[in-house]
Formats: sequence, C-alpha cells, structure tokens
Amino acid sequence: MSWMSVIIAGLITYFTRFSMITFVNSKMMSKKVRLVLSYVPSTVFPAIIFPAVFFNDYGKLVEINDPKIFGILAAIIIGFFSRNVIATILAGLIVYWFLIF
Amino acid sequence: MSTKYSIFKKGLIDISPLLIPVVPFGIIFGAIGIELGFSPIITYATSLIIFGGASQIVFIQLLSGGASSLVAITSVGVINSRHFLYGAVLTEYLEKLTLIKKLMISYLVTDQTFAVSSRYFKDHKINDKSHYHLLGAGITLWTTWQLTTIIGIFLGSIVPDEWGLKFAIPLTFLAIIVNEFRKLDHVLVMLISGISSLIFFDIPFKAYIIITPLIGLFSALLIIKFKENK
Repeated sequence: MSWMSVIIAGLITYFTRFSMITFVNSKMMSKKVRLVLSYVPSTVFPAIIFPAVFFNDYGKLVEINDPKIFGILAAIIIGFFSRNVIATILAGLIVYWFLIF
Repeated sequence: MSTKYSIFKKGLIDISPLLIPVVPFGIIFGAIGIELGFSPIITYATSLIIFGGASQIVFIQLLSGGASSLVAITSVGVINSRHFLYGAVLTEYLEKLTLIKKLMISYLVTDQTFAVSSRYFKDHKINDKSHYHLLGAGITLWTTWQLTTIIGIFLGSIVPDEWGLKFAIPLTFLAIIVNEFRKLDHVLVMLISGISSLIFFDIPFKAYIIITPLIGLFSALLIIKFKENK
C-alpha cells in the first residue's frame, strides 16, 4: 500500500516538474506574463523564509529577541552589501550560533 | 567560449553553499523514516521517486500518523505544485532541447536548482550549452540528497538538533533573493508574500506554499499596472 502511495506521489511531483517545461513555450506567454513570472523567486522564497524565521517548531510566533531574528538581520545586512551567497549564509549562522551557544 | 564542462562546473559551484542545510536535512529524513517504522527500501524510494525534501517529510509523517493515502498524496501534490511556477520561468531557457532531454532535466528541478540556475540563465546569454548549468546544479543536489538519505537510514540522526542547522534553510534562500533588495517593487512583493505565508500557514495540506506565491504574483501584476499608468 505504501509503495502505491509513493509511486503516485512521485508521478504527481514529476508532473509538476515537467509539464510547464514540456508543454509551454515562451511564444505562448505574453510579455506581461513573463514580466510577472520574473517575480517568482521574490514570492516563493519568502514563503519558505518567513515561517522558518518567525515561527517556532510548534507553529507559534517567536519572541522579538529570538536568535533567529538577529541571525536573519545579520544575513540581510551582510547580504545586501556583499552580494555574496556564502557570506550571507555564514553571517546569519555565526550570529545565530553565537546567541544559542 | 564556455565549454559544457565549465558551465556544468559553474552549476555545481553555485549550488554548493545551498547544500549546507540539505546535508543534515537528508540525514534527518532518512532517520525519521526508520524511526516511524518504514523499511529502509521504502524510505530511500521516496528520495528517489518523489525527490522533494519537505514534501517527503510531510508524506511519511502523515502516513505513519494514520492519515489516508489520499491525504498524504494530496499534501505532496499541493506542496510540490510550486514547481509549476519554476517550470513556467525555466521553459523559455530550455526551449531548444529535445523532448527527451526536457523530460530528463525536469526531474532535477528543485527549489535550490531553480534558485541558482534561473539566476544564471537571466544573467547570461542563452546558447545551446546553457542548460548544463541546471544539470550541474541538479545532479549535485540530487546526489547529495540520495547519499544523505542513505546515511540517515543506516546511521540515524548523526547531526545533533542543537546545532540549529535547520536555520540554514531560510538563510540559503535569503542569500538568493537578497540581490533584489535594491528594487523597491521586489521588496514590496517579498513582504506581501512573507506576511501572507504567516497568515495562511495553518490552512490544510500546507497550501500556504502555493497560495502565497499566487498572492505575491497578483500583487506583482498590480505593481506592474500601477507603474505603466504613471
């Protein structure tokens, strides 16, 4: 039974991955659609970032002085000025580690 | 002129920092699968067949918690529906590929590969070798996820929870979008999306992960219209 579920879930996931790439091409999309799509990273990734930072493991809002808040602020500042992926991640982790240990 | 190999390597290098949370996450996934009573084979099979970290965790937790297969499968579908958006963005850069190649490369589209490769495609002139970036990033991530799942299955959670590596997940995605912080319209869309995700976090099937982007894209459309009218 589990096997069937895994395979169906896998097929559905694969469909979400290949359908647009195989069946849709840029000629089908207007300039405006493509312009709107250029915002995809700016709208999907905050949906991953915000709950991970502002909620604790039980889905409750964290305190304003939570280590994660300071970590993300450090990452934003370093990231904004350095424009460097590794520096951004490390800045956030180091501040977070400094506060939790 | 960049060669296939050098573009592939660029993809590998670009995705590497994003692997910091993927490694412990994969190990934890493998360990949880066994703890919840799944066999090593089926735990590993989810990493091979579904290949979507967050959705796999939800999937096995629901199944072991007694939820019906239908609920577990629906949750996976809803959580992974964001790939439709990734595909819609990537398709114009992969247009020249044959159908078989499109079908193969699609399997490698994840949050992380989309993050680094869509940026590469946007910043570089597209030629018949550009997709090697997505291959390099995707194969690197795929291999990491498969290996770490196996490590977790056999060695358990060898990465202590107290290290707080879970926090590296939001950090890696922040590192990707921080480039857009200089554009006011993008910052506005990010704030609208982020706050929406907090508001809709509790609705069933983790649907916030697709509702939020739709709200964000709609607000982007309004912003574009507003700018045109000025």
